[in-house]
Parts: sequence; structure tokens; C-alpha cells
Amino acid sequence: MDLSAYLSIALMAMLGTGFAVVALWASKRLAPNNPTPEKLAPYESGIVPLQEPAERFPVKFYLVAMMFVIFDVEIVFLFAWAVAMDDFGWAGIAAVGLFMLLLLETLGYVWKRGALDWNVAQRARYRVVVAPEPPVEEVA
Amino acid sequence: MDGFWLAALKVLIAFALLFNIVLVLVWVERRLVARMQNRIGPNRAGPAGMLQTLADGLKLMFKESIDPRRAQLGIYLAAPVLALIPALLIFLIIPIGAPITIGDTTYDLQVTDLNIAVLYFLAMSSIAVYAIVLAGWSSGSKYPLLGSVRAAAQMISYEAALGLALVPVILYNRTTSLAEIVAAQGGTFFGIFPAWNIVLIPSFIVFLIAGFAETNRAPFDLVEAEQELVGGYHTEYSGFRFALFFLAEYINLFNISALTVVFFLGGWHGPVFGPTFLQYLLPIFWFLLKTAAVIFVFIWARASLPRMRYDQLMEFGWKRLIPLSLVWIMVVMVAVGLRRFGLPWS
Repeated sequence: MDLSAYLSIALMAMLGTGFAVVALWASKRLAPNNPTPEKLAPYESGIVPLQEPAERFPVKFYLVAMMFVIFDVEIVFLFAWAVAMDDFGWAGIAAVGLFMLLLLETLGYVWKRGALDWNVAQRARYRVVVAPEPPVEEVA
Repeated sequence: MDGFWLAALKVLIAFALLFNIVLVLVWVERRLVARMQNRIGPNRAGPAGMLQTLADGLKLMFKESIDPRRAQLGIYLAAPVLALIPALLIFLIIPIGAPITIGDTTYDLQVTDLNIAVLYFLAMSSIAVYAIVLAGWSSGSKYPLLGSVRAAAQMISYEAALGLALVPVILYNRTTSLAEIVAAQGGTFFGIFPAWNIVLIPSFIVFLIAGFAETNRAPFDLVEAEQELVGGYHTEYSGFRFALFFLAEYINLFNISALTVVFFLGGWHGPVFGPTFLQYLLPIFWFLLKTAAVIFVFIWARASLPRMRYDQLMEFGWKRLIPLSLVWIMVVMVAVGLRRFGLPWS
């Protein structure tokens, strides 16, 4: 296995890390350093911070990560097929077409369920049409 | 050892080149945006203010670096380094000119010609997400955290679109090596029009838009929306730590513009004439000219378009760009199949 093409990548990674570390160190040495409690406090536009940063996040961000995994794996499969397309002919095109139709259907399902809706008002509307649930208090 | 020293030399040149590009790029952007907003922009340091970026960098070097009280220092310090490295690494695969023959050796004007360059590019832009997430999380402050979670969702969403936009290019050019993708765009259609991949127009548009989102540029700069999030993920970073993020951002801007040129605008291809040295210099000139044009579009958009709302951003990515790319891939694969294999039933 010939990895010589990756040599320069390793070299650049080392050079970049070296530059960044040296620059950060030099800046620490050259710059003044007189910390005060106010300076070290988290920035909140001048207000004294009262609480830790939020630890609960909208579940939407988790959904996005899940869907990204699905679609990114798909893209990797597509790349593998796309370089070798000539070897598979119409059979390959048919197979990949089926695969992509399934993915489009997945996307359609997720869309219809409202997982792609970031607008709170729209989400409430879908809940009535697609999946009736007891009314939930929407907190913006 | 010859290969090692050649690689080392190329890496050093690439490194120096990138820093000069950033110096010029930041100045050009500030001057251009200033003109578009009817201001003058930086014009004091050096001729026409060209040394302004250098002056700013030096200033940041001598500014205090604050260690915020709630920060997880290890991760907090690693994040800016982690932001810089993928940006530097993506540049290595970009071919900036035609191969040069001196004596009987041919030198590629590309640091390394990976056979999986497209995957490598996508992998590196995925790693860049880590830097932003870790920076926001380790700062121990609410605005960076909000900014970084937004950034992560935005970047991975548009990365899916970015990857899908490249599938037609690979189908069409039959390779994932950037040197070969550029070489495949060398001919002409009907002897007049250059045979660039821009014929895959939907892919080009999706790639460009996703590129805006990947580099967190306006109108998709939700990550550092000043009015809502102060400075986004780098709110708590000061001094040279901030400078590293800034550096990475502008290297990424150059990278995505250069890659747009490589994938869709014919790379270094252009009219070449004259003596030997011109034949080597002109491809570099065409490449830089095209890249500058794409960068101009990025700056132009920043000065012209208002920032999108977050829900609009996410819905545009998932409900428009991704279905469009999926359908377009199917169209391209049937068209390419018809051309290469004839009718399926014949």
C-alpha cells in the first residue's frame, strides 16, 4: 500500500500544529497578563451571569445529526459507485436508482412528519394534520 | 529521500502561499465591502492599506489572552488549532496550475494528488465542525454554546448537500482525483465552448450555496450572528487565539472558491499561448483569476444579502437543496448511462 501521497499531509499537519502552538505560546509571553474577576467571567453583554449555560437543547439538533448520518453514508455509497459506474452498466444505474428512491421516500416521510420544520407555528399545524397529539404548550 | 524533501518543500511553499493569500484576501474583502457600503475602508497601513491585515495580526499577538473562569482550558486551547489544521490540509489537494516540466522531471503544481481527493475534502470539512463545537462547548458561556450548536447543525446539513452536489461531477468525470477532474475539463464543446463541468448547472448552484453555508459566510453566518449571539463560538476567545479562528475562516474561503473552480469552472484551463514560460504561467493566472471571481461573488453576497433566519436556513437546506440534488443525480445518471451504454433494452 503506497502512502507516499499522504506524506505531505502529515508534514502540513505537523507544520500547522507547530505554528499554532508556537504562536499561542509567543503571544502568551509577549502580551500583558493581568486577569481580574470581571474579565474572567463569561461574557453576557455586561450582566452578571446568574446561571450555567443551558444544558437542555431542542431535540431538533439531535434529529439533524441522525439525518446527517443517514445521508452522509448514502453519499459515500454513491461516490463508490460513481467512480466505477462504467463497470456496472444499466444494472448499476437501476440499483442505485432504487436506492435513491428509497432515500427520497425517507426524506419525504421525515418531511411529512415535520422533522424538517424549524418554524414553531408550522410544526403545530402538522401536528393537527398528521399526528394528532394532546395540545402541548409551545415555549418559544 | 528525494521524495521526502520535495514534499517538504511543497508544504513549506503552500504554507507561505496561504498566509500571503489570507493577508491579501482580508484586505481585499474589507476594501470591497467598504466600497459597496460607500465607505473608504482601511487605507493607512502601507500602500492603499495593504498591510492592514499584517498590522492587525501583530496587534492581536500583543493583546492579552484571557482564560475564562468557566472554560475547560485543555479543549479551549486545542479548538483554535483544530480549526486551523483542516483548513491548511484542504489546500494541499488543490491543483493551482498545469504540470511543469523542467529537464526530464515533471512537477505537479499541487502538493499531493490524492486518488480520493473528493472524500478527503469532505472528511476535512467534517473535522472542521469539531473545532467549532469544542470551542463553543469548552468556553463555558451561553453565547458560544448556542453559536456552536447552531454551527454544527448548519454545517452538517449543508455538508450533505455539498457531497450530493459532487456526485454528478464524479459520474461525469469518472474519477475522484482533482488533477484528473481538471484534466477531464480540457476539451471544448462544438470547438467553441470550453468543456467545463459547469454544464452540470444545478450541481454548481447547490455547491456554491452549500459553500456559503460551509464557510459560515453571509447570508448564512448564523453562527456568529452579532445581534443575537455576540460573536458566536469565538465570543470568549481573545488575542492570538481569536486570530487563529480568523485565519482558518479566510483559508476556508479561499479553499471553497478554489474548489468551486476545480470542480465546475475548468480548474487552470484557459487560452494558453506564447513561449514556454508563458505556457506555464498562464494556467496559474487563469486559475487565480477564476478563483478571484468566485471570491468576489462571496464578498458581493456578504455586502448585498441580509442574514437568513435560522429556520429558513435549515429548511432551505433540507427541503430544497437536498431533494434537488437527489433528483439531479438521477437525471445525470440516466443521461450519462444513455450516452455510455446506449438504450437499456438495446
